[in-house]
Amino acid sequence: MPLLHRVARQNEVPIGFSLNGKPCEGRRGDTLLSAILTIDERLRPSDFSHEPRAGFCQMSACQDCWVTLISGERVRACSTPLAEGMQVITRAANSAGEPA
Amino acid sequence: MSDAAKDRAQPLIVGAGPAGIRAAATLVAAGLRPIVVDEAPACGGQIYRQPLVPDGRDARVRYGSEAPKAERLHREFAGLQGKLDYLPNTLVWNLSDGVADVATNGGHRRLAHDGLILATGAMDRILPVPGWTLPGVFSLGGSQIVLKAQGCVIGSRIVFAGTGPLLYLVAWQYMKAGVKVAAVLDAAPLTAQMAMMKALPGFPAIVLRGTRFIAEMMMKGVAFHYGINKLRFEGTSRIEGVSFEVRGKRRHLACDGAGFGLGLKPETQLADLAGCQFAFNERDRVFLPQTDTARRSSVPGVYLAGDGSGIAGADAAEMSGERAALSLIEDRGLAVDPGRAGKLEKELRKIFAFRNVLEQSFPFPSQWIADLPGDTMVCRCEEIDVSGIRDAADHFGIVEMNRLKAVSRIGMGRCQGRVCGSAAAELLAASTGRPISAVGRLRGQAPVKPLPMSYAAIAPAVTGEAAE
Repeated sequence: MPLLHRVARQNEVPIGFSLNGKPCEGRRGDTLLSAILTIDERLRPSDFSHEPRAGFCQMSACQDCWVTLISGERVRACSTPLAEGMQVITRAANSAGEPA
Repeated sequence: MSDAAKDRAQPLIVGAGPAGIRAAATLVAAGLRPIVVDEAPACGGQIYRQPLVPDGRDARVRYGSEAPKAERLHREFAGLQGKLDYLPNTLVWNLSDGVADVATNGGHRRLAHDGLILATGAMDRILPVPGWTLPGVFSLGGSQIVLKAQGCVIGSRIVFAGTGPLLYLVAWQYMKAGVKVAAVLDAAPLTAQMAMMKALPGFPAIVLRGTRFIAEMMMKGVAFHYGINKLRFEGTSRIEGVSFEVRGKRRHLACDGAGFGLGLKPETQLADLAGCQFAFNERDRVFLPQTDTARRSSVPGVYLAGDGSGIAGADAAEMSGERAALSLIEDRGLAVDPGRAGKLEKELRKIFAFRNVLEQSFPFPSQWIADLPGDTMVCRCEEIDVSGIRDAADHFGIVEMNRLKAVSRIGMGRCQGRVCGSAAAELLAASTGRPISAVGRLRGQAPVKPLPMSYAAIAPAVTGEAAE
Protein backbone atom coordinates (compact mmCIF):
# COMPACT_ATOMS: atom_id res chain seq x y z
CA MET A 1 0.00 0.00 0.00
CA PRO A 2 1.35 3.48 -0.80
CA LEU A 3 2.59 5.65 2.07
CA LEU A 4 0.71 8.80 1.11
CA HIS A 5 -2.99 9.22 0.37
CA ARG A 6 -4.50 12.19 -1.42
CA VAL A 7 -7.13 14.30 0.31
CA ALA A 8 -7.04 17.03 -2.37
CA ARG A 9 -6.21 17.33 -6.08
CA GLN A 10 -7.55 13.80 -6.76
CA ASN A 11 -9.03 15.02 -10.05
CA GLU A 12 -6.15 17.28 -11.02
CA VAL A 13 -4.55 16.87 -14.46
CA PRO A 14 -2.62 13.56 -14.65
CA ILE A 15 1.13 13.81 -15.25
CA GLY A 16 2.88 10.78 -16.71
CA PHE A 17 6.31 9.73 -15.49
CA SER A 18 8.23 6.50 -15.12
CA LEU A 19 9.58 4.88 -12.00
CA ASN A 20 12.39 2.40 -12.60
CA GLY A 21 11.07 1.95 -16.13
CA LYS A 22 7.45 1.39 -15.08
CA PRO A 23 4.90 3.91 -16.43
CA CYS A 24 3.20 5.81 -13.59
CA GLU A 25 0.85 8.71 -13.14
CA GLY A 26 0.97 11.61 -10.73
CA ARG A 27 -1.06 14.81 -10.55
CA ARG A 28 -0.30 18.37 -11.56
CA GLY A 29 1.02 20.11 -8.45
CA ASP A 30 2.78 17.03 -7.06
CA THR A 31 6.32 17.05 -5.84
CA LEU A 32 8.27 14.09 -7.16
CA LEU A 33 8.16 12.66 -3.62
CA SER A 34 4.36 12.85 -3.41
CA ALA A 35 3.99 11.38 -6.89
CA ILE A 36 6.13 8.38 -5.95
CA LEU A 37 4.80 7.80 -2.42
CA THR A 38 1.14 7.94 -3.52
CA ILE A 39 2.07 4.92 -5.69
CA ASP A 40 4.73 3.10 -3.70
CA GLU A 41 5.66 2.44 -0.08
CA ARG A 42 9.34 3.18 -0.41
CA LEU A 43 11.47 5.72 -2.20
CA ARG A 44 15.02 4.39 -2.30
CA PRO A 45 17.44 2.09 -0.54
CA SER A 46 19.81 3.75 1.92
CA ASP A 47 23.37 4.19 0.64
CA PHE A 48 25.15 1.53 2.68
CA SER A 49 22.79 -0.98 4.27
CA HIS A 50 20.15 -0.65 1.51
CA GLU A 51 17.39 -0.32 4.07
CA PRO A 52 14.21 1.13 2.56
CA ARG A 53 13.77 4.89 2.96
CA ALA A 54 10.99 7.25 2.00
CA GLY A 55 12.11 10.74 2.94
CA PHE A 56 11.48 12.33 6.30
CA CYS A 57 11.32 16.12 6.61
CA GLN A 58 9.50 17.22 3.40
CA MET A 59 11.29 20.61 3.65
CA SER A 60 14.60 20.20 1.85
CA ALA A 61 16.53 19.79 5.10
CA CYS A 62 17.16 16.09 5.81
CA GLN A 63 18.39 15.15 2.29
CA ASP A 64 16.85 11.70 2.63
CA CYS A 65 14.92 11.78 -0.65
CA TRP A 66 17.55 12.23 -3.38
CA VAL A 67 16.74 10.21 -6.47
CA THR A 68 18.31 9.92 -9.93
CA LEU A 69 16.79 10.89 -13.26
CA ILE A 70 17.59 8.85 -16.36
CA SER A 71 19.81 11.73 -17.54
CA GLY A 72 22.05 11.04 -14.55
CA GLU A 73 20.95 14.22 -12.82
CA ARG A 74 20.25 13.79 -9.11
CA VAL A 75 17.31 15.64 -7.58
CA ARG A 76 15.80 16.03 -4.14
CA ALA A 77 12.32 14.55 -4.55
CA CYS A 78 10.53 16.68 -1.92
CA SER A 79 11.52 19.96 -3.57
CA THR A 80 11.30 18.92 -7.22
CA PRO A 81 7.97 19.47 -8.97
CA LEU A 82 6.77 16.47 -10.96
CA ALA A 83 7.10 17.09 -14.70
CA GLU A 84 5.62 15.18 -17.62
CA GLY A 85 7.91 12.46 -18.91
CA MET A 86 10.31 12.36 -15.94
CA GLN A 87 12.17 9.07 -15.84
CA VAL A 88 13.12 8.34 -12.25
CA ILE A 89 15.50 5.68 -10.97
CA THR A 90 15.23 4.90 -7.28
CA ARG A 91 16.95 1.54 -7.08
CA ALA A 92 20.53 1.27 -5.84
CA ALA A 93 23.20 1.06 -8.50
CA ASN A 94 25.81 -1.68 -8.26
CA SER A 95 29.50 -1.02 -8.84
CA ALA A 96 28.96 -1.17 -12.62
CA GLY A 97 26.36 1.57 -12.32
CA GLU A 98 23.51 -0.75 -13.28
CA PRO A 99 20.38 -0.73 -11.14
CA ALA A 100 20.62 -3.62 -8.69
CA MET B 1 15.72 55.01 -3.72
CA SER B 2 17.80 57.97 -2.50
CA ASP B 3 21.00 58.98 -4.34
CA ALA B 4 23.10 57.89 -1.38
CA ALA B 5 21.52 54.47 -1.32
CA LYS B 6 22.17 53.98 -5.05
CA ASP B 7 25.92 53.97 -4.44
CA ARG B 8 25.68 50.98 -2.15
CA ALA B 9 24.92 47.35 -2.95
CA GLN B 10 21.44 46.06 -2.21
CA PRO B 11 20.59 44.48 1.14
CA LEU B 12 20.09 40.72 0.97
CA ILE B 13 17.38 38.81 2.84
CA VAL B 14 17.69 35.03 3.05
CA GLY B 15 14.30 33.40 3.50
CA ALA B 16 10.78 34.44 2.54
CA GLY B 17 8.89 33.15 5.56
CA PRO B 18 7.19 35.47 8.05
CA ALA B 19 10.50 37.02 9.16
CA GLY B 20 11.85 37.53 5.65
CA ILE B 21 8.59 38.99 4.31
CA ARG B 22 8.28 41.52 7.14
CA ALA B 23 11.95 42.44 6.78
CA ALA B 24 11.48 42.96 3.04
CA ALA B 25 8.37 45.09 3.51
CA THR B 26 10.17 47.23 6.09
CA LEU B 27 13.21 47.81 3.87
CA VAL B 28 11.01 48.69 0.89
CA ALA B 29 9.03 51.15 3.03
CA ALA B 30 12.33 52.86 3.85
CA GLY B 31 13.14 53.25 0.16
CA LEU B 32 15.60 50.39 -0.12
CA ARG B 33 15.43 47.65 -2.75
CA PRO B 34 16.36 44.32 -1.13
CA ILE B 35 17.21 41.06 -2.85
CA VAL B 36 15.11 38.26 -1.34
CA VAL B 37 16.43 34.75 -1.86
CA ASP B 38 14.27 31.78 -0.94
CA GLU B 39 14.53 28.05 -1.59
CA ALA B 40 10.80 27.59 -2.09
CA PRO B 41 8.92 28.33 -5.31
CA ALA B 42 6.54 30.68 -3.43
CA CYS B 43 6.76 32.81 -0.30
CA GLY B 44 5.44 31.88 3.14
CA GLY B 45 8.20 29.77 4.65
CA GLN B 46 7.28 26.39 6.06
CA ILE B 47 4.53 27.68 8.34
CA TYR B 48 2.63 29.52 5.61
CA ARG B 49 3.80 27.30 2.76
CA GLN B 50 1.75 27.50 -0.42
CA PRO B 51 0.74 24.61 -2.68
CA LEU B 52 2.38 24.29 -6.11
CA VAL B 53 -1.04 24.72 -7.76
CA PRO B 54 -4.40 25.78 -6.30
CA ASP B 55 -6.02 22.65 -4.88
CA GLY B 56 -9.57 23.73 -4.11
CA ARG B 57 -8.93 24.15 -0.38
CA ASP B 58 -9.19 27.62 1.08
CA ALA B 59 -6.76 29.27 3.48
CA ARG B 60 -8.94 28.39 6.47
CA VAL B 61 -8.63 24.68 5.68
CA ARG B 62 -4.93 24.96 4.93
CA TYR B 63 -3.73 27.20 7.76
CA GLY B 64 -6.51 26.91 10.36
CA SER B 65 -6.63 29.74 12.88
CA GLU B 66 -3.54 31.29 11.30
CA ALA B 67 -5.21 31.72 7.88
CA PRO B 68 -5.62 35.52 8.14
CA LYS B 69 -1.91 35.91 8.95
CA ALA B 70 -0.90 33.62 6.09
CA GLU B 71 -3.09 35.46 3.60
CA ARG B 72 -1.94 38.87 4.82
CA LEU B 73 1.74 37.92 4.41
CA HIS B 74 1.26 36.31 1.00
CA ARG B 75 -0.61 39.43 -0.15
CA GLU B 76 1.95 41.76 1.36
CA PHE B 77 4.82 40.01 -0.42
CA ALA B 78 2.94 39.97 -3.73
CA GLY B 79 2.46 43.73 -3.33
CA LEU B 80 6.22 44.24 -3.00
CA GLN B 81 7.00 42.81 -6.44
CA GLY B 82 8.70 45.41 -8.60
CA LYS B 83 10.14 47.04 -5.47
CA LEU B 84 12.55 44.25 -4.66
CA ASP B 85 14.44 41.51 -6.47
CA TYR B 86 12.95 38.13 -5.59
CA LEU B 87 14.83 34.94 -6.36
CA PRO B 88 12.61 31.94 -5.56
CA ASN B 89 13.87 28.35 -6.01
CA THR B 90 17.26 29.67 -4.98
CA LEU B 91 19.68 28.38 -2.38
CA VAL B 92 22.28 30.54 -0.67
CA TRP B 93 25.01 27.96 -0.20
CA ASN B 94 27.90 30.09 0.97
CA LEU B 95 28.53 33.52 2.47
CA SER B 96 31.78 35.42 2.58
CA ASP B 97 32.57 39.10 3.07
CA GLY B 98 29.60 40.71 1.39
CA VAL B 99 29.15 38.03 -1.29
CA ALA B 100 26.54 35.30 -1.33
CA ASP B 101 27.01 32.24 -3.53
CA VAL B 102 23.63 31.16 -4.80
CA ALA B 103 22.36 28.27 -6.88
CA THR B 104 19.35 29.35 -8.89
CA ASN B 105 17.38 27.72 -11.72
CA GLY B 106 20.19 25.37 -12.64
CA GLY B 107 22.78 28.15 -12.60
CA HIS B 108 25.19 29.68 -10.19
CA ARG B 109 25.58 33.33 -9.25
CA ARG B 110 27.53 35.44 -6.82
CA LEU B 111 25.55 38.28 -5.30
CA ALA B 112 27.28 41.25 -3.73
CA HIS B 113 25.21 42.76 -0.96
CA ASP B 114 25.42 45.43 1.69
CA GLY B 115 23.49 44.37 4.76
CA LEU B 116 22.36 40.79 5.28
CA ILE B 117 19.23 39.63 7.09
CA LEU B 118 19.22 35.92 7.82
CA ALA B 119 15.69 34.56 8.20
CA THR B 120 16.53 30.92 7.67
CA GLY B 121 13.81 29.29 9.78
CA ALA B 122 13.83 25.98 11.59
CA MET B 123 13.24 22.28 11.24
CA ASP B 124 12.09 19.52 13.55
CA ARG B 125 14.41 18.60 16.39
CA ILE B 126 15.01 14.88 16.43
CA LEU B 127 16.35 12.37 18.87
CA PRO B 128 16.66 9.06 17.05
CA VAL B 129 14.67 6.11 18.33
CA PRO B 130 14.59 2.56 16.97
CA GLY B 131 12.77 2.40 13.64
CA TRP B 132 12.65 6.15 12.98
CA THR B 133 14.13 5.67 9.49
CA LEU B 134 11.32 3.31 8.40
CA PRO B 135 9.24 4.42 5.40
CA GLY B 136 6.08 6.04 6.72
CA VAL B 137 7.75 7.80 9.65
CA PHE B 138 7.92 11.50 8.85
CA SER B 139 8.92 14.46 10.95
CA LEU B 140 5.99 16.34 12.51
CA GLY B 141 6.77 19.34 10.32
CA GLY B 142 6.96 17.05 7.29
CA SER B 143 3.62 15.46 8.17
CA GLN B 144 2.08 18.91 8.30
CA ILE B 145 3.73 20.21 5.12
CA VAL B 146 2.62 17.25 3.02
CA LEU B 147 -0.95 17.84 4.21
CA LYS B 148 -1.10 21.60 3.74
CA ALA B 149 1.05 22.01 0.63
CA GLN B 150 0.47 18.71 -1.16
CA GLY B 151 -2.98 17.69 0.07
CA CYS B 152 -1.65 14.26 1.03
CA VAL B 153 -1.80 12.43 4.37
CA ILE B 154 0.85 10.04 5.69
CA GLY B 155 -1.44 7.05 6.30
CA SER B 156 -4.93 5.95 7.22
CA ARG B 157 -4.27 5.15 10.88
CA ILE B 158 -1.65 7.44 12.29
CA VAL B 159 0.28 7.85 15.53
CA PHE B 160 1.91 11.15 16.39
CA ALA B 161 4.80 11.00 18.85
CA GLY B 162 7.33 13.35 20.39
CA THR B 163 6.62 16.55 22.24
CA GLY B 164 5.84 20.21 21.73
CA PRO B 165 2.91 22.29 20.54
CA LEU B 166 3.32 21.04 16.96
CA LEU B 167 2.57 17.48 18.12
CA TYR B 168 -0.97 18.50 19.10
CA LEU B 169 -1.53 20.89 16.22
CA VAL B 170 -0.55 18.37 13.53
CA ALA B 171 -2.58 15.57 15.16
CA TRP B 172 -5.62 17.84 15.25
CA GLN B 173 -5.11 18.93 11.63
CA TYR B 174 -4.99 15.29 10.53
CA MET B 175 -8.15 14.52 12.47
CA LYS B 176 -9.85 17.50 10.79
CA ALA B 177 -8.67 16.16 7.41
CA GLY B 178 -10.71 13.03 8.13
CA VAL B 179 -7.83 10.71 9.02
CA LYS B 180 -7.95 8.23 11.91
CA VAL B 181 -5.47 9.46 14.51
CA ALA B 182 -4.85 6.44 16.73
CA ALA B 183 -2.84 8.18 19.43
CA VAL B 184 -0.78 11.14 20.53
CA LEU B 185 2.30 10.06 22.49
CA ASP B 186 3.98 12.85 24.41
CA ALA B 187 7.41 12.47 25.98
CA ALA B 188 6.49 15.23 28.43
CA PRO B 189 4.67 14.19 31.58
CA LEU B 190 1.27 15.73 32.15
CA THR B 191 2.64 17.46 35.25
CA ALA B 192 5.08 19.43 33.07
CA GLN B 193 2.24 20.60 30.88
CA MET B 194 0.56 22.20 33.87
CA ALA B 195 3.21 24.90 33.43
CA MET B 196 1.08 26.11 30.50
CA MET B 197 -1.35 27.57 33.00
CA LYS B 198 1.26 30.24 33.73
CA ALA B 199 0.84 31.43 30.15
CA LEU B 200 -2.95 31.63 30.38
CA PRO B 201 -3.16 35.28 31.50
CA GLY B 202 -0.75 36.58 28.84
CA PHE B 203 -1.69 34.35 25.91
CA PRO B 204 -5.18 33.01 26.65
CA ALA B 205 -6.10 32.38 23.00
CA ILE B 206 -3.12 30.12 22.35
CA VAL B 207 -3.46 28.15 25.58
CA LEU B 208 -7.22 27.70 25.16
CA ARG B 209 -6.81 26.67 21.53
CA GLY B 210 -4.44 23.88 22.60
CA THR B 211 -6.92 22.75 25.24
CA ARG B 212 -9.71 22.75 22.66
CA PHE B 213 -7.61 20.65 20.24
CA ILE B 214 -7.09 18.02 22.93
CA ALA B 215 -10.77 18.00 23.93
CA GLU B 216 -11.91 17.61 20.31
CA MET B 217 -9.44 14.79 19.72
CA MET B 218 -10.52 13.00 22.90
CA MET B 219 -14.13 13.17 21.73
CA LYS B 220 -13.05 11.52 18.47
CA GLY B 221 -11.41 8.67 20.38
CA VAL B 222 -7.76 9.71 20.00
CA ALA B 223 -5.73 8.09 22.80
CA PHE B 224 -3.30 10.31 24.72
CA HIS B 225 -0.27 9.04 26.59
CA TYR B 226 2.03 11.33 28.55
CA GLY B 227 5.53 10.82 29.85
CA ILE B 228 6.27 8.02 27.40
CA ASN B 229 9.68 6.33 27.27
CA LYS B 230 11.51 3.79 25.09
CA LEU B 231 9.57 4.74 21.99
CA ARG B 232 10.15 2.58 18.94
CA PHE B 233 8.69 2.53 15.46
CA GLU B 234 8.14 -1.03 14.28
CA GLY B 235 7.88 -2.74 10.90
CA THR B 236 10.02 -4.64 8.43
CA SER B 237 9.97 -2.65 5.21
CA ARG B 238 7.61 0.12 6.35
CA ILE B 239 5.94 1.29 9.54
CA GLU B 240 3.40 -1.14 10.96
CA GLY B 241 3.14 0.05 14.54
CA VAL B 242 4.71 1.80 17.51
CA SER B 243 5.57 0.63 20.98
CA PHE B 244 6.47 2.59 24.06
CA GLU B 245 6.57 2.44 27.82
CA VAL B 246 4.34 4.45 30.05
CA ARG B 247 4.56 4.13 33.84
CA GLY B 248 6.83 1.11 33.36
CA LYS B 249 4.35 -0.82 31.20
CA ARG B 250 5.04 -1.53 27.49
CA ARG B 251 2.22 -0.85 25.06
CA HIS B 252 1.82 -1.47 21.33
CA LEU B 253 -0.32 0.33 18.78
CA ALA B 254 -0.84 -0.62 15.14
CA CYS B 255 -0.52 2.20 12.58
CA ASP B 256 0.45 2.76 8.94
CA GLY B 257 1.94 6.20 9.36
CA ALA B 258 3.72 8.16 12.09
CA GLY B 259 4.73 11.75 12.71
CA PHE B 260 7.68 12.32 15.04
CA GLY B 261 9.41 15.40 16.41
CA LEU B 262 10.69 16.93 19.64
CA GLY B 263 10.23 20.62 19.14
CA LEU B 264 12.14 22.70 16.62
CA LYS B 265 15.77 23.45 15.89
CA PRO B 266 17.04 26.63 14.20
CA GLU B 267 18.79 26.48 10.82
CA THR B 268 22.01 28.25 11.79
CA GLN B 269 24.46 27.13 9.10
CA LEU B 270 24.47 30.45 7.21
CA ALA B 271 24.91 32.48 10.39
CA ASP B 272 27.96 30.32 11.03
CA LEU B 273 29.36 30.92 7.54
CA ALA B 274 28.69 34.65 7.97
CA GLY B 275 31.04 34.52 10.96
CA CYS B 276 28.44 35.20 13.64
CA GLN B 277 29.40 34.45 17.21
CA PHE B 278 27.46 31.58 18.81
CA ALA B 279 26.65 30.90 22.44
CA PHE B 280 25.16 27.90 24.16
CA ASN B 281 21.47 28.22 24.98
CA GLU B 282 20.63 26.20 28.09
CA ARG B 283 16.90 26.13 27.48
CA ASP B 284 17.09 24.69 23.96
CA ARG B 285 20.33 22.72 24.57
CA VAL B 286 21.79 24.17 21.39
CA PHE B 287 24.34 26.75 20.24
CA LEU B 288 22.63 29.82 18.80
CA PRO B 289 24.00 32.78 16.87
CA GLN B 290 24.17 35.73 19.22
CA THR B 291 21.91 38.70 18.64
CA ASP B 292 21.05 41.80 20.60
CA THR B 293 17.47 42.97 21.09
CA ALA B 294 17.79 45.03 17.89
CA ARG B 295 18.60 41.77 16.03
CA ARG B 296 22.19 42.74 15.28
CA SER B 297 24.57 39.79 15.21
CA SER B 298 28.22 39.99 16.29
CA VAL B 299 29.16 40.79 12.67
CA PRO B 300 28.49 44.37 11.52
CA GLY B 301 25.84 44.40 8.79
CA VAL B 302 24.52 40.93 9.57
CA TYR B 303 21.10 40.75 11.24
CA LEU B 304 19.22 37.71 12.56
CA ALA B 305 15.46 37.22 12.45
CA GLY B 306 12.87 34.54 12.99
CA ASP B 307 13.21 30.99 14.22
CA GLY B 308 16.66 30.65 12.59
CA SER B 309 18.07 32.70 15.46
CA GLY B 310 16.13 30.90 18.23
CA ILE B 311 12.71 29.27 18.26
CA ALA B 312 9.93 31.74 19.06
CA GLY B 313 7.21 31.06 16.49
CA ALA B 314 5.72 32.82 13.48
CA ASP B 315 4.35 35.91 15.24
CA ALA B 316 7.73 36.61 16.80
CA ALA B 317 9.35 35.97 13.43
CA GLU B 318 7.34 38.76 11.86
CA MET B 319 8.36 41.13 14.65
CA SER B 320 12.02 40.20 14.65
CA GLY B 321 12.07 40.45 10.86
CA GLU B 322 10.79 43.99 11.06
CA ARG B 323 13.12 44.82 13.96
CA ALA B 324 16.14 43.46 12.06
CA ALA B 325 15.19 45.55 9.04
CA LEU B 326 14.91 48.69 11.19
CA SER B 327 18.45 48.09 12.46
CA LEU B 328 19.74 47.66 8.90
CA ILE B 329 17.98 50.90 7.88
CA GLU B 330 19.40 52.76 10.86
CA ASP B 331 22.91 51.42 10.18
CA ARG B 332 22.64 52.78 6.63
CA GLY B 333 22.11 56.19 8.12
CA LEU B 334 18.41 56.39 7.29
CA ALA B 335 15.73 57.49 9.73
CA VAL B 336 13.70 54.97 11.73
CA ASP B 337 10.87 55.41 14.17
CA PRO B 338 12.39 54.63 17.59
CA GLY B 339 8.91 54.17 19.03
CA ARG B 340 8.21 51.37 16.58
CA ALA B 341 11.51 49.65 17.37
CA GLY B 342 10.80 49.84 21.09
CA LYS B 343 7.29 48.49 20.66
CA LEU B 344 8.55 45.51 18.67
CA GLU B 345 11.19 44.74 21.30
CA LYS B 346 8.58 44.90 24.05
CA GLU B 347 6.25 42.52 22.21
CA LEU B 348 9.14 40.17 21.47
CA ARG B 349 10.09 40.08 25.16
CA LYS B 350 6.54 38.96 25.97
CA ILE B 351 6.63 36.19 23.37
CA PHE B 352 10.08 35.02 24.50
CA ALA B 353 8.73 34.75 28.07
CA PHE B 354 5.78 32.71 26.75
CA ARG B 355 8.22 30.51 24.84
CA ASN B 356 10.04 29.79 28.11
CA VAL B 357 6.77 28.50 29.54
CA LEU B 358 6.16 26.37 26.44
CA GLU B 359 9.60 24.82 26.71
CA GLN B 360 8.96 24.00 30.38
CA SER B 361 5.72 22.35 29.34
CA PHE B 362 7.31 20.24 26.61
CA PRO B 363 10.89 19.59 27.73
CA PHE B 364 13.31 17.78 25.44
CA PRO B 365 13.53 14.17 26.74
CA SER B 366 17.30 13.99 27.06
CA GLN B 367 16.76 11.10 29.50
CA TRP B 368 15.87 8.95 26.46
CA ILE B 369 19.57 8.92 25.51
CA ALA B 370 20.56 6.40 28.17
CA ASP B 371 17.91 3.92 26.98
CA LEU B 372 18.84 3.96 23.29
CA PRO B 373 19.84 0.53 21.95
CA GLY B 374 23.29 0.53 20.30
CA ASP B 375 21.93 -0.34 16.88
CA THR B 376 19.63 2.71 16.73
CA MET B 377 20.47 4.66 13.58
CA VAL B 378 21.55 8.22 14.40
CA CYS B 379 22.84 9.54 11.06
CA ARG B 380 20.45 8.76 8.21
CA CYS B 381 22.99 9.78 5.55
CA GLU B 382 26.15 7.95 6.59
CA GLU B 383 24.30 5.29 8.60
CA ILE B 384 26.13 5.74 11.88
CA ASP B 385 24.38 4.13 14.83
CA VAL B 386 24.45 4.84 18.56
CA SER B 387 27.24 2.30 19.14
CA GLY B 388 29.27 3.88 16.36
CA ILE B 389 29.25 7.16 18.25
CA ARG B 390 29.75 5.69 21.71
CA ASP B 391 32.59 3.45 20.46
CA ALA B 392 34.32 6.27 18.59
CA ALA B 393 34.17 8.46 21.68
CA ASP B 394 35.47 5.67 23.92
CA HIS B 395 38.15 4.32 21.61
CA PHE B 396 39.68 7.63 20.60
CA GLY B 397 38.94 9.53 23.79
CA ILE B 398 36.91 12.09 21.86
CA VAL B 399 35.26 14.89 23.80
CA GLU B 400 34.40 17.38 21.02
CA MET B 401 31.90 17.26 18.13
CA ASN B 402 34.21 18.07 15.20
CA ARG B 403 36.67 15.40 16.30
CA LEU B 404 33.75 13.00 16.59
CA LYS B 405 32.76 13.91 13.03
CA ALA B 406 36.28 13.28 11.75
CA VAL B 407 36.45 9.86 13.31
CA SER B 408 32.88 8.56 13.00
CA ARG B 409 31.61 10.47 9.92
CA ILE B 410 28.61 11.67 11.95
CA GLY B 411 27.44 14.94 10.42
CA MET B 412 29.56 14.40 7.31
CA GLY B 413 26.70 13.21 5.10
CA ARG B 414 24.35 15.03 2.81
CA CYS B 415 22.42 16.79 5.59
CA GLN B 416 25.65 17.97 7.27
CA GLY B 417 24.37 17.07 10.70
CA ARG B 418 21.14 19.07 10.47
CA VAL B 419 19.14 16.04 11.57
CA CYS B 420 21.64 14.07 13.66
CA GLY B 421 23.88 16.83 15.04
CA SER B 422 21.98 17.67 18.20
CA ALA B 423 21.41 13.97 18.95
CA ALA B 424 25.10 13.23 18.41
CA ALA B 425 25.97 16.04 20.81
CA GLU B 426 23.60 14.58 23.41
CA LEU B 427 25.16 11.14 22.94
CA LEU B 428 28.72 12.45 23.16
CA ALA B 429 27.87 14.44 26.28
CA ALA B 430 26.22 11.43 27.91
CA SER B 431 29.01 9.00 27.05
CA THR B 432 31.78 11.34 28.20
CA GLY B 433 29.92 12.52 31.29
CA ARG B 434 30.29 16.15 30.21
CA PRO B 435 27.60 18.82 29.94
CA ILE B 436 26.29 19.20 26.39
CA SER B 437 27.57 22.77 26.32
CA ALA B 438 31.12 21.40 26.62
CA VAL B 439 31.09 19.13 23.55
CA GLY B 440 30.82 22.04 21.13
CA ARG B 441 29.01 22.12 17.82
CA LEU B 442 29.63 21.03 14.26
CA ARG B 443 31.28 23.79 12.21
CA GLY B 444 29.24 25.09 9.28
CA GLN B 445 30.60 24.10 5.89
CA ALA B 446 29.83 25.35 2.41
CA PRO B 447 27.87 24.28 0.48
CA VAL B 448 25.23 24.18 3.20
CA LYS B 449 23.17 21.77 1.10
CA PRO B 450 24.15 19.40 -1.71
CA LEU B 451 24.67 21.02 -5.12
CA PRO B 452 24.84 19.35 -8.53
CA MET B 453 28.46 19.10 -9.70
CA SER B 454 27.82 21.44 -12.65
CA TYR B 455 27.60 24.38 -10.24
CA ALA B 456 31.13 23.82 -9.13
CA ALA B 457 32.43 23.98 -12.69
CA ILE B 458 31.30 27.57 -13.10
CA ALA B 459 32.97 30.56 -11.49
CA PRO B 460 30.78 33.53 -12.33
CA ALA B 461 31.68 37.10 -11.66
CA VAL B 462 30.23 38.91 -8.68
CA THR B 463 27.22 40.99 -9.62
CA GLY B 464 25.86 43.83 -7.58
CA GLU B 465 22.35 43.74 -8.98
CA ALA B 466 20.01 40.83 -8.57
CA ALA B 467 18.25 41.68 -11.83
CA GLU B 468 20.33 40.56 -14.80
